[in-house]
Amino acid sequence: MVHTVLNTIGSFLYPTFDWIPTSTYDRSSTETEIHAKQFSGKLLLREEIPLEENLLNQLLSTDLMTTIPSIEKYIWGHRCRRCGNKAKHLFATIPCSRCGTTHVYCRKCIEMGRVMSCSPLYYWTGPQPLRLEQSEPCSWQGELTSHQQKASNEIEKTMMTEAVAELLVWAVCGAGKTEMLFQGINEAIRRGKRVCLATPRADVVRELYPRFTTAFPNTTIEALYGGSEQKKGEGQLILATTHQLLRFAHAFDVVIIDEIDAFPYHADPSLPFASNRAAKPNASLIYLTATPRKKHRNQVQSKQLKAVFVPVRFHGHPLPVPKLHMCFSLKKSLTKFEAPQAFYQWYERRMNPKRQLLIFVPVIALAEKITLSLRDNALFSRETITSVHASDEDRKEKVQAFRDRKLSVLVTTTILERGVTFPSVDVAVLDACHDVFDEAALVQIAGRAGRSPDDPTGEVIFFHDGKTDAMVAAVDAIKQMNKRGRNL
Amino acid sequence: MHCLWCHQEMIPAIEWGNFFLPDKPKFGCDWCLGQLEVLDGELCKECGRREEAEVCSDCRRWNASSEWKGVLSFNKSVFGYNDMMKEVIAKWKYRGDYALCDLFREDFVRTFNELFKDVKGAKVVPIPLSKERLYERGFNQAEALAGFLDMPSENVLSRIHGEKQSKKTRRDRLMASNPFTLTVGITDPVILIDDIYTTGITLRHAAKLLKEAGCPEVYAFTLARG
Repeated sequence: MVHTVLNTIGSFLYPTFDWIPTSTYDRSSTETEIHAKQFSGKLLLREEIPLEENLLNQLLSTDLMTTIPSIEKYIWGHRCRRCGNKAKHLFATIPCSRCGTTHVYCRKCIEMGRVMSCSPLYYWTGPQPLRLEQSEPCSWQGELTSHQQKASNEIEKTMMTEAVAELLVWAVCGAGKTEMLFQGINEAIRRGKRVCLATPRADVVRELYPRFTTAFPNTTIEALYGGSEQKKGEGQLILATTHQLLRFAHAFDVVIIDEIDAFPYHADPSLPFASNRAAKPNASLIYLTATPRKKHRNQVQSKQLKAVFVPVRFHGHPLPVPKLHMCFSLKKSLTKFEAPQAFYQWYERRMNPKRQLLIFVPVIALAEKITLSLRDNALFSRETITSVHASDEDRKEKVQAFRDRKLSVLVTTTILERGVTFPSVDVAVLDACHDVFDEAALVQIAGRAGRSPDDPTGEVIFFHDGKTDAMVAAVDAIKQMNKRGRNL
Repeated sequence: MHCLWCHQEMIPAIEWGNFFLPDKPKFGCDWCLGQLEVLDGELCKECGRREEAEVCSDCRRWNASSEWKGVLSFNKSVFGYNDMMKEVIAKWKYRGDYALCDLFREDFVRTFNELFKDVKGAKVVPIPLSKERLYERGFNQAEALAGFLDMPSENVLSRIHGEKQSKKTRRDRLMASNPFTLTVGITDPVILIDDIYTTGITLRHAAKLLKEAGCPEVYAFTLARG
């Protein structure tokens, strides 16, 4: 009795996925193949299944498709099985005209279609789809450094483990994380496994997609993010934002989460829920990060989580250490939407004036207005300076223009703090003591400089009017990594 | 309580006014509710849109047509159809977040009571959805609104399935044939309830049918003036 109660409480606190049915079919046939491709590994609402009623009923009666109750009920609350939401205020009741009763529905994931307790979720329990047999799927020919190679071997080993395995790859910004994955993914695809590379940021997905399609020319690869052209989710290799995993369950043999410490992954419990559910019960999970959060650092330290370090960039040069520059009139300048005097002085005396400049500011309004005041300054040429932020419609185009060196200065909020590579930039942070610049953000921002082997250094400068713990911790973390790199 | 729209937690300030008696439940935070535009002041007296003239040009066009003149006594809308309202209605109606209608409850009930307190023996009739659309949405937004009112609502209309109003142009809407049929006879004054008054054609189609069946007056009470 006590045991049952404890179990119930436990399963509310720590979600289990034993409710996902397993397939009773082991061999695929040509008849089921088309549906297997379309539905396998997905957790869908009726509205998301483009099949006629009688065809679906036929699939259900032959156990090719199975229904699952969509909301778990507990005496004290609910849990949505699609998004893992269990917050009371994100459930509400609806007098439903489909079933004629008043019942609960999930408000959290409603943008993806409403999950109601009277309507089940549908899951494919037929045979797995056939995958193209390839002897050498990866055609990437580049060479890895010895550090990369070591991590790469470790990643492959973890991916090939037949039981649950986790690995944290702690690699500095610009270590060449993507290339380190190729070896393992190659082997996984060769063995017919299904792989997902997920990241919290859509920008990162867009940047990765062309690199993977060149590296794996014969593999079916799909890029999924809000508003992406591809939406099917049928590929053997899926590149996706972590949000997209809300539609998958027990789908992947290998789940790689890039930038695991990035917003919103660590702030929204639905996302870890979804990525854990998207992994098969014996899948391997690989986490990539340059700036792990405390939880992961503690797990690594106490040996609960296996980790591999890559403390050196692929070109072998140390990370640029940020300089802190105190300016007393910072707040005064910023309220007038101007850059502080010290910024202009620094700008004139930069070591390499040919480098492009990334300026990070804490809020959107500041990004737009400070750009206007910079344009009026004689030091800059009007046409080559612009600002970008999350709700900017031309975001993609502006970033591309900066990459093509059509712009010399880009003022940005933290959206460009990670996942983007510009070969030769200096980085300035205005108001580095603002709350949005936590340790991880500052380390990432500093990591934008010196990415290219042709220009492996770059200046990073934080303008502030009072050192914060985050700034000090970020500088320490960078020095620590450089030291670790030197000692190797 | 959390705000239904922004999910921010709302912490009420304790004052003498609510020290002994708890406040009325609040569904939205002040900022979100403040984004909704309550329609008052100078309005068209027939359709309730913001207008300096007594009757707006749209309504003058309705009045010029012998077919439609006087079919609808007037329309009163509680809110303007601003960007915030568009977003809330889209999430409420099309995404189906039923709980959001509580954001409108207070203003909706208050405005109704101010206006229709004196109309004797009137019946509240929500504009129905077709069977297919009702299944798709899971609820009828007009019925949800009518449910806020003290008066019982009567479902005397039924609707034939057609294309969504919001997908049609103004011209298409005005040309469309009457989608409603009357299921029960009714001879009392009627207050029609709907979510949005855009061209006014839907409400007039319903009103015409009711008038022909013998209703002396037909009023419209809607959430937003599109």
